[in-house]
Amino acid sequence: MSSGLVLDAATLGLPGRPPLFRELSLRTGPGEIVTLIGRSGSGKSSLLAYLTGTLDPIFIASGQIRVDGRDVSQLPPERRRIGILFQDDLLFPHLTVGENLAYALPASVSGRRQRRERIAAALAEGQLTGFEDRDPSTLSGGQRARVAVLRALLAEPKALLLDEPFARLDQALRSQFRTFVFEHARAQALPMLMVSHDPADAVAAEGPVVELAPFADAAAASSTAAPRSFNR
Amino acid sequence: MATALRPLSRISRGWRPRVLEHLATLLLWLVFATPVAIGVLGTVLPAFGILPELGGSSLSLQPWRQLFNVPGLPEAVLLSLTTGLGTTAISFLIVIAFSAHWHGTRWFGRLRRLLSPLLSVPHVAIAIGFAFLIAPSGWIYRVLAALGLAAGLPPDLSTVQDRHGLALILGLILKEVPFLLLMMLVALGQVRVGESLTIARALGHSRSAAWQAIVLPQLYPQLRLPIYAVLAYSASVVDVALILGPTTPPSLAVLVWRGFHDPDLNQIFWASAGACLQLLIALFAILLWRLGELVASASGRRRIVAGWPGRPSRIAASAAFAGAALVVAAAMAGLAATLLWSFTKSWTIGSAMPEALTLATWMQQLPVALKALTATAVIGISSAMAALLLTIALLEEERRESLKARQRHYWLLYAPLLLPQIGFLFGIETLLVRSDLDGTWSGLVWTHFLFVLPYVYLSLSEPWRALDPRYERTARCLGRGPLAVLVTLKLPLLVRPILVALALGFAVSVGQYLPTLFAGAGRFQTLTTEAVALAAGGDRRVVGVYTALQMFLPALGFALALGLTRRRFQRSEAGV
Repeated sequence: MSSGLVLDAATLGLPGRPPLFRELSLRTGPGEIVTLIGRSGSGKSSLLAYLTGTLDPIFIASGQIRVDGRDVSQLPPERRRIGILFQDDLLFPHLTVGENLAYALPASVSGRRQRRERIAAALAEGQLTGFEDRDPSTLSGGQRARVAVLRALLAEPKALLLDEPFARLDQALRSQFRTFVFEHARAQALPMLMVSHDPADAVAAEGPVVELAPFADAAAASSTAAPRSFNR
Repeated sequence: MATALRPLSRISRGWRPRVLEHLATLLLWLVFATPVAIGVLGTVLPAFGILPELGGSSLSLQPWRQLFNVPGLPEAVLLSLTTGLGTTAISFLIVIAFSAHWHGTRWFGRLRRLLSPLLSVPHVAIAIGFAFLIAPSGWIYRVLAALGLAAGLPPDLSTVQDRHGLALILGLILKEVPFLLLMMLVALGQVRVGESLTIARALGHSRSAAWQAIVLPQLYPQLRLPIYAVLAYSASVVDVALILGPTTPPSLAVLVWRGFHDPDLNQIFWASAGACLQLLIALFAILLWRLGELVASASGRRRIVAGWPGRPSRIAASAAFAGAALVVAAAMAGLAATLLWSFTKSWTIGSAMPEALTLATWMQQLPVALKALTATAVIGISSAMAALLLTIALLEEERRESLKARQRHYWLLYAPLLLPQIGFLFGIETLLVRSDLDGTWSGLVWTHFLFVLPYVYLSLSEPWRALDPRYERTARCLGRGPLAVLVTLKLPLLVRPILVALALGFAVSVGQYLPTLFAGAGRFQTLTTEAVALAAGGDRRVVGVYTALQMFLPALGFALALGLTRRRFQRSEAGV
């Protein structure tokens, strides 16, 4: 079976309304970044929620999600091994930086010392050595964003979803942080799917761009309503 | 293509037995909704002669005939209606006027901070305090006498328990204004008042007119249910009416309560008919209010169309402030009076304050009150804990099931708030008797739980839903299951609202009167039942002790809840 994150013939919608998209198929290989663009309301966020398994149950969905060839469509979110980064860092405010990272570290990494070392190593990668006991609220925006990435990666995901993770950062931080995310995810050969409104993100991703057209528009254009896909 | 669509629930949750998913709703039906329904049924049936335990086995209208022959019934019915509508209308008016003229000012915040502690004080304590204030020999008269404005023996006026129920209405207002104001604040948090007001005033409308025309219509839908609850409650209240209400005839609920309470068990039949009548009266009062809503909204619209910018009125603003301030002052002074009395050695008429203070009453009464105090605490903690657990289970279920479950829970939980207690407690008692639970701790705790649950849910549901759902999604994507996310993430993040909900549930339980009497089979005394019993002609010093304890216990709960949790995670509490 093929490696990477595969979405096969996904159809998603609310009951009684035309689907957001129909028979959408996507593939993103190890280290590859597919950029998903589209107007608001076109279903980008719903698609990500569908992939992680946290879609609101009122949605009706069909299709298959495969991670490294394994069908995860039936699995609960915690067993899919698909990581996600949001616009906000969403560090758990009641836990220290170190505890936030420990929260992500799989139980298979056992032994107090080994776990502590893994966390220290992760922090070092983010130039945050010694930040274990810090309260997340005392960190700068850029530092928090890096912790969020490290946390997502420590969970050893097989694929990573990015829901406009750079939108909240100012220009200077933005490209720097983007490089940080891409480099670290590529180092783990993670397939990535990124939702973004910023053309610069898509350029930096150096991967295919998929536009999710609102179904009504697409239906007018063609009856099959396949998403337009093109390479840059 | 549509045939290829499957509900997502089957996709992502096939690994989990379906019964478990609805466990919380199932429990809600089993231990809450069904018993309440059975309670109503168990009150309706005896009203038509059916109560096998007392030899009632065939349908008959005899109970109703007996009810209509009870002396003073028409006055009792009228009293219930005037008390209900009067209390609700005046309280609502005070809250609306105060908010319209003063919301957003420093004074609004100040008065609000004074009003919110009153929420935790049981109705009975407020009522007793108010009686201590306005009774012919109450604090007000004593102050007047000390100032030389009155002389001699207290006047022979029935300022308390007056025929028209005015003292009852006033006493209820002291408690309902804080409640409605809190509900108003919750609603205000969800409507963009500031922006609406700015726009309306920029269009040339006065502040209060803009409030009436623009803000109130947006708030009202959220106030409707609490208002109906106040209406049903004050039209059928028993404990406060026993202290402040008229006696011959009393309001309908008290009359009915006497019937249920009568040593002659055959009185239960007409009392049940009276309880049914009480249900109808509460419903009728709500219908009348609804009619008023329609008229008010139509006239409001007409005014908007006709163009009515309103004029800023200093008098109206002052009156609104005075109304709210009077409520605070009267409630606080009443509570202070009860405290003062509990330490009083001697207090002759003619002096504004007691001449000599003593700890003797406390030393004497505390050992006696200890049993009631313990019972109150045990019942309160157990019922609040049970309600909290079910509430959390329900809210977790809603998270998965989304809107539909939320609406289902909303109606199941709040509909009972619109039922007068006297309208279904007898049926609950019958249910307890039949299942051998009457007069037991578990039966009592469970009965209290029925009244505690809606408030715990009401208090916790908003902050629970406000928690950014992406925290949960993030944790799930980091490999944690739903239960782990609940324990490691949501409970710690929501610890403050959880403890506040627990304290509120405890306060609600402490304040219950009828449920303890119906379910306790006369074997249990709580601070509230003791306070009511003593209030009728008891020594003011002793009553003062019980009222002080009644105030103290819920306040302790809130102090613990707020003290144990520092304000740390404000960002997450606010959500996005």
